[in-house]
Amino acid sequence: MEVQMHKGNVVMNTATMAYRNLLKTVHNPDNFMDVVIQPVLFMLMFGYLFGGAIAGGVKAYLPIIVPGILIQTMLSAGTGSGAQIREDLDSGVFDRFKSLPMAHIAPLAGQLFADSLRLLIATVTSLTTGYLMGWRPAVGFGWIVVIALLAIFTGWALSWIFALLGLLAKSAAAVQSVSLMTMLVLSFMSNAFVPLHSLTKPLRFIANLNPVTYVITAIRQILATGGWTHEALLVVVFDIAVVAVFAPLTVWAYDRN
Amino acid sequence: MTNVNAIEVSHLTKKFGDKTVVDDISFSVEPGEVFGLLGPNGAGKTTTLRMITTLLKADAGQVKIFGHDTVKEGRLARSMFGLTGQYASVDEDISARENLMIFARLNGLSRSDARERTAELLKEFSLEESADKALKTFSGGMRRRLDLAVSLITRPTLIFLDEPTTGLDPRTRTQMWDTIRELVKQGSTIVLTTQYLEEADQLADNLAIIDHGRLVKMGTPAELKREAGGSKLSFTVAQAAQVAAAAKLLASQVTGAVRQVGQQLSVSLSKVAELTPILAALDHAKITVNHLSIQEPSLDDVFMNLTVGKN
Repeated sequence: MEVQMHKGNVVMNTATMAYRNLLKTVHNPDNFMDVVIQPVLFMLMFGYLFGGAIAGGVKAYLPIIVPGILIQTMLSAGTGSGAQIREDLDSGVFDRFKSLPMAHIAPLAGQLFADSLRLLIATVTSLTTGYLMGWRPAVGFGWIVVIALLAIFTGWALSWIFALLGLLAKSAAAVQSVSLMTMLVLSFMSNAFVPLHSLTKPLRFIANLNPVTYVITAIRQILATGGWTHEALLVVVFDIAVVAVFAPLTVWAYDRN
Repeated sequence: MTNVNAIEVSHLTKKFGDKTVVDDISFSVEPGEVFGLLGPNGAGKTTTLRMITTLLKADAGQVKIFGHDTVKEGRLARSMFGLTGQYASVDEDISARENLMIFARLNGLSRSDARERTAELLKEFSLEESADKALKTFSGGMRRRLDLAVSLITRPTLIFLDEPTTGLDPRTRTQMWDTIRELVKQGSTIVLTTQYLEEADQLADNLAIIDHGRLVKMGTPAELKREAGGSKLSFTVAQAAQVAAAAKLLASQVTGAVRQVGQQLSVSLSKVAELTPILAALDHAKITVNHLSIQEPSLDDVFMNLTVGKN
């Protein structure tokens, strides 16, 4: 058989890489544990621990905390991408990818697209747990899908930042600890779990700078009003900007690695 | 394309910080030959190979693969070779078949071509039985075979092997050598790095000995051995009292220096024919010798003479 070589195009290469990462995940279902257990645990703990103190009851707290935990889970699922990329780099398998005549963004993009599945699972788990605890959004199912997509897109955009971290860090352990800290700071220094007016002035200032606050606000607004908002559009623009900046940076870091 | 060298390396240099790990290395590899980069651990073999295969940017110098500059025409150059790294660069979590399929697709093969090529390679490398098992259950040898199979998907005419047998048991090593010889028979050009002299001797047509980032010697294994000196004669004198007499006798027969360790004497011979008069003289002087042996020069001698290693 004569081997036919055609220049692989970026989309095809990325699809193949995404397929590879999906296969890896399917062979190792443990990879899903974090995105399944974490939202359930946090939703239960935070809901029942702080519900009374913050909102006067679990039911009243759920509209605040469901979007909060949803985005927190997106952030933490996104950190997984960085750790995975670092592991691949350390295993030497990226050497082979690099020596192949394919687009350099494909291995990275493939990883991140495959990770969308993790984001999807995390989203479904978060929302389902909220529902089981008594969360009943007033808007139709269509809007739930909209906020789910918004959350997933945000998580996906942010995972490019974690991918860059993964490429720059020295080890998978370093990626994990830096990512964990970033995730904790971003999610807690926001309106994810507490109303902003309850914060001290400097803290409120920081929370207002935190992009996570805007994403959560946008989701709460959609859920409250049942309509697309200016804030939601802002989030989409922000996500696109993050990808536009961090995707090229990530490829640059990959090339110099 | 008739007279183009498979690889042309000129003045390749790499520094890590202020340490020069590859220092102005130049060599060329002709199509169809097996070229060995030989050197102790940390000599710069792998770094050199990584630069040639575009995995690492050189600080200075140029590499051409079949006439194509690896920097200016990187993608084209990359499409012309296969690489098997020092550490098996295959996916642990997925099966051998899946690995081959994915890499075939990434190399631009259509789905049906990829399936066909995967089946061929699994058969060729006797991996059919374990094709669908997780790689975690694979032995070191199987992993290496799969790794090599992956680099052969596109039937590259130029193959880089970075320490292809490091960590393999002797039987698997011999199998790997057979596989490499088979590839040569099919017309492939092979560049391999190794720290095993025997491997270089067995496989390589041409050798470059690298130490401390410098190319210290180049030539065929036979040439290098010839330079290391002729055959070595050694024997043990049976009676301690006769050692001095034997050494004196030996010195009168040959030009080289006589070395003495305890009752053992050794000397370099320029021709094996020099042996007969030595034996006759020993017999005449009634000196009994044991453990007489003649050793051909080995690459070990060359290697030891030329390299200092990391320490």
